[in-house]
Amino acid sequence: MASTTPRFTSGSLSLPDLVRKSSQTQRALFALILLSIYNALATTNFLTLATLRVNLTQVATIVIVAVGMTYVIGSGGIDLSVGALMAISGALAPQIFDSQRALLRSEWIGIPLAIVIPILVAGAFGYFNGYLITKFKIQPIIATLVLFLGGRGIAKALSNGNLVEFNKPHFDYLGTGRPFGIPVQVILMIVIVIVAAWALRSTTFGRYVLAIGGNERAAELAGVPVTRVKRQIYVLSGLLAGLAGLIVVAINTSNDPYQVGQDMELDAIAAVAVGGTPFTGGRATVVGTLIGAFFIHQVRYTLISHGVADGTTRMVIAGAILVAVLLQRPKAGWR
Amino acid sequence: MGGIVSEQSPPQLDSPSVLLEMRDIVKAFPGVVALNHARLTVMKGEVHAIVGQNGAGKSTLTKILNGAYRRDSGTIMFEGREVDFSTPHQAQVGGISTIFQEINLVPFRSVAENIFMGREPRRFGLIDWPRMNRESRDILARFGIKLDVKQPLLNLNVALQQMVAIARAVSFGAKLVIMDEPTSSLDEREVETLFDAIRQLKASGVSVIYISHRLDELHQVGDSITIMRDGHTIEEILLADISKLEIVAKMLGKNIGELSREGTTGFSESKTAIETPPFYVASHVEADPVLSDASIELRKGEILGLSGLLGSGRTELARVLFGADKPDKGSLSLDGNPSPIASPRDAIREGIGYCSEDRKAEGIVPEMSVRENLTLAALPTLAKNGIIDPDEQAKIVDRFVELLSIKTSDVEQPISQLSGGNQQKVLLARWLCLNPRLLLLDEPTRGIDVGAKAEIHHLIETLADEGMSVLMITSEIEEIVEGSNRVTVLRDGRTVAEFDRDQIDQDTIIAAMAEGHDSLPETVEV
Amino acid sequence: MEAGELRQDAVDPSATAYSKVASLWLRGQGVLIALILVFLFGAWRYGDKFTSSFNIWSMLKNNTYFALIALGMTFVIMTAGIDLSVGAVVALSAVTAARLSPHGLWVALAAAIGIGLLVGAINGGLIAVFKVQPFITTLAMLLAARGAALNLSHNASVSVDYASNYKELWKTEIGPVPLPVAIVIVAYILGSITLNLTRFGRHILAIGGNEEAARLAGLPIDRTLFFVYLLSGGLAGLAGALLAAQGNTGSPIAAVGWELTAIAAVVVGGTLLTGGRGSVWTTLVGVVLLGLIFNELNFERGKGIFDLTQYWEEVIRGLFLLIVIILQARLTSTARVTRTM
Repeated sequence: MASTTPRFTSGSLSLPDLVRKSSQTQRALFALILLSIYNALATTNFLTLATLRVNLTQVATIVIVAVGMTYVIGSGGIDLSVGALMAISGALAPQIFDSQRALLRSEWIGIPLAIVIPILVAGAFGYFNGYLITKFKIQPIIATLVLFLGGRGIAKALSNGNLVEFNKPHFDYLGTGRPFGIPVQVILMIVIVIVAAWALRSTTFGRYVLAIGGNERAAELAGVPVTRVKRQIYVLSGLLAGLAGLIVVAINTSNDPYQVGQDMELDAIAAVAVGGTPFTGGRATVVGTLIGAFFIHQVRYTLISHGVADGTTRMVIAGAILVAVLLQRPKAGWR
Repeated sequence: MGGIVSEQSPPQLDSPSVLLEMRDIVKAFPGVVALNHARLTVMKGEVHAIVGQNGAGKSTLTKILNGAYRRDSGTIMFEGREVDFSTPHQAQVGGISTIFQEINLVPFRSVAENIFMGREPRRFGLIDWPRMNRESRDILARFGIKLDVKQPLLNLNVALQQMVAIARAVSFGAKLVIMDEPTSSLDEREVETLFDAIRQLKASGVSVIYISHRLDELHQVGDSITIMRDGHTIEEILLADISKLEIVAKMLGKNIGELSREGTTGFSESKTAIETPPFYVASHVEADPVLSDASIELRKGEILGLSGLLGSGRTELARVLFGADKPDKGSLSLDGNPSPIASPRDAIREGIGYCSEDRKAEGIVPEMSVRENLTLAALPTLAKNGIIDPDEQAKIVDRFVELLSIKTSDVEQPISQLSGGNQQKVLLARWLCLNPRLLLLDEPTRGIDVGAKAEIHHLIETLADEGMSVLMITSEIEEIVEGSNRVTVLRDGRTVAEFDRDQIDQDTIIAAMAEGHDSLPETVEV
Repeated sequence: MEAGELRQDAVDPSATAYSKVASLWLRGQGVLIALILVFLFGAWRYGDKFTSSFNIWSMLKNNTYFALIALGMTFVIMTAGIDLSVGAVVALSAVTAARLSPHGLWVALAAAIGIGLLVGAINGGLIAVFKVQPFITTLAMLLAARGAALNLSHNASVSVDYASNYKELWKTEIGPVPLPVAIVIVAYILGSITLNLTRFGRHILAIGGNEEAARLAGLPIDRTLFFVYLLSGGLAGLAGALLAAQGNTGSPIAAVGWELTAIAAVVVGGTLLTGGRGSVWTTLVGVVLLGLIFNELNFERGKGIFDLTQYWEEVIRGLFLLIVIILQARLTSTARVTRTM
């Protein structure tokens, strides 16, 4: 986390000054709090435990994917393929479990495999992205565009375009289980956020990610294994997307290759942007991404619970993303 | 810091023949004053050279002239009127064109298009290709160049691309053409072509500002010269009235005839060449585009000065030694075996460090803290299972901040907030904390004040005494002369000479740089 | 003075077959040859049904909207940018056209194009004036346009008014040539004229080739970029109008992933993704080539040998894009190495 604390000089507590001096992350947190207060007052049932649980559940998948995206963007790259990877992972799970091999049908082997293999496959696709970027020096946006545009086709082909029911109790635990009353995916989300935030700050891998994003040439000359780290970053993004895809399938107890992960790349990128991680790389905040994801989700929730049409909601979110990105631009005028 | 102000008065300030007059130009950037009441006067139809060391202010001055920068104060009179260009395009339209070192044209577009970019001739609203091609051919023909103007610019070699840039300036009706290091990538024949073009320009009444490090060229093509140092204009004089030696001396702020070995650096006096066999040898290294036949030998405990003009291949050789670039031909041997170094990581593992000369592009990670920049290369040793040990890290940071007197209010502040000199110290520390056996230093004291320079010199010496091998690339002659046990000189990508400490002194070096290839004692080992 | 000497470093001068093919491709003839080969293959394998004028014209008609968005994408890519919103704009304008069809063909068509221009203007404004990166701008506008389409259509498909003359847009023929195809040809001719004979067009290439040089030359970069995205939006609007006329319906979830087809056609045609170079006609050839391939895949499915479902089409398009991207990356890296000084 690299948010700078605002320095208040005497007499400049006016609103524009506050806005200018605060970091993006702080602004997002502030906006989130404001919105939550509004909802507490104006939206019925907002303060109930059930609502909280539902909200957390929905936002968990976004956060999980967005954490991976934070690392990617922190390294100066972008991963547009996460939605497609979620779809592929979600399509694979029922395939594995429902395959004809009797061995796989057993709950003890089939279910774990149905969880592990899709995640690994998604990670492998992530490696594919990383390979394109490092070996052929293709820009990340172009490289991940390939899966963004063609990957969902793989998912559709795997499930023949059909919505597949996938209702196995142990698998569903991923989506609906509640250890200690907290939904599984929320626990996963919290664990992933904590580990990712810590790793970014305290491991060599995390520092290498930001060094690459900050000044790749300098990092290379300082002995940072740039190629290896970049590939690992995209693998990480893939793995997390794979996990998120499984969670969605578990929640819905079915896999719809058209729907799983739809627009997720935008949500994840938006969360990262609103949370204060700049697209230029070199700085990243996982907690900011968490806040960003919550904020965007809150916006959506607020609009929907007040009866705003789906279409309008999308337009508002698009607007929010653009505002966040606009605010983040570096200040001009360095001549 | 006052400079040596010339006794001679500037050339005739006849109003009719003065084309350009820049007076009292001041320009400051955060942390450094680039121009301190600098002056420049260019007459009509003359070729005017500007020289100075790195940081003297010549490129800042010309950038203010061509509109890339805004000056803080001062006046610019062009063709008798005061001007104030705020963009390069405005300057172009106003009659001042610039030929950049990197030929800023569009490679995929045709020659004709590049010449007329932005002002493509039109007929009935649509581009008139035949006219554009024809006029391009005509302009180039004036310089004696015949080529297919329809082909993409990238088909041409650098010299011809430069001619296209000149043709573009002419098509704009430029009265003044600024050329920034135009010969740095040309061979001798191409240089002659360029000089012919410059003479052509002169004949048609166009003035040329010629910035170059290649002093021997100046007398061939130039009329007058402005020498700059530390942001001041030191001398404005006709080239006929000054010798190369004097030019260099004024650039450095030395007095000819007073060349003594007092020692202005932090290096102690006694240095002799180390006679043990070298442990790292590069032989006949060739690496496109600069190195053609470079050789060098590095010995334990020895400070090897690598000398040469800009563009001679010093940095390129260091990068090859560090594994950052791969040579096309030649051999590298480390400890008697073929060198296993294929990447910076390998080099670091073999105990070699490289401190780049361009700290902004290749050194600092701007958003990261001082602490992190300092320990970046050392992270593998500071981490157990990938987890960084913050206490170990803090210890190292504290030790080196103190050792190098790095001025920072807090090691957590982003390194971009430090002054250039302190940034350089952090980068040095980055390598020192690895305790390498060979340290490749490329302009290690650039941008550092005199006191700090001496500290670093002393530090380098101590390290060498303890057995570290140091390759010192520097444009500061005193450092070469006083600090090296041995000196290798590069020119045009080739090793042309090696000197033991006893063989060189400041006179020889300055003379070698000033006179160029002709008078260099050819004690070529290669 | 001797004639200027040239150094042919542009593309790898070694005479390997690979690089010969590569330079053919980059110059636009390669894709034309591929097109001819693919066509001949289809004629040989599928016979009269394939080469019948019915098949050819309907194949061309079915690719007219792709051709239009690919044209816009060509200009955008030439500036080294990208427009990910075209599919969403197609859907939005199809819905718009369907909604306004009761007012007649001209009104509906104008509205469809107009809404495309609106989205394009927003893209252009954000990218050119506010300097937001193209991918995030167009990605956000993708979301916004889909949202607008949903709203406009009240979350369902909108039928074109049965009584209106709107469907004539699709059905009219000028001699043997269907109107949509004629529209595409006119659009490409105009596009080619713009690219080759107007300053605007040349500046597009200059900006993509070396933006710094373009800036130093005083080119109106902001204005040019704005109009490029405006154009892309407008063409997507026209494509949406055609789509609505074909299916007699405007669906807010149509045209998903059409960005892929557009980008693939542009890139297969030889235009560099990194910008600065390319041609309008090679894009058209790329569109037809891809169209032919999928047409032939249909025939192949009919033969029953392959069991590829239609979903694999998306995958195949992705593979195409992948191969082309890799090839481009390798080619541009060899060309760049020799231009360091």
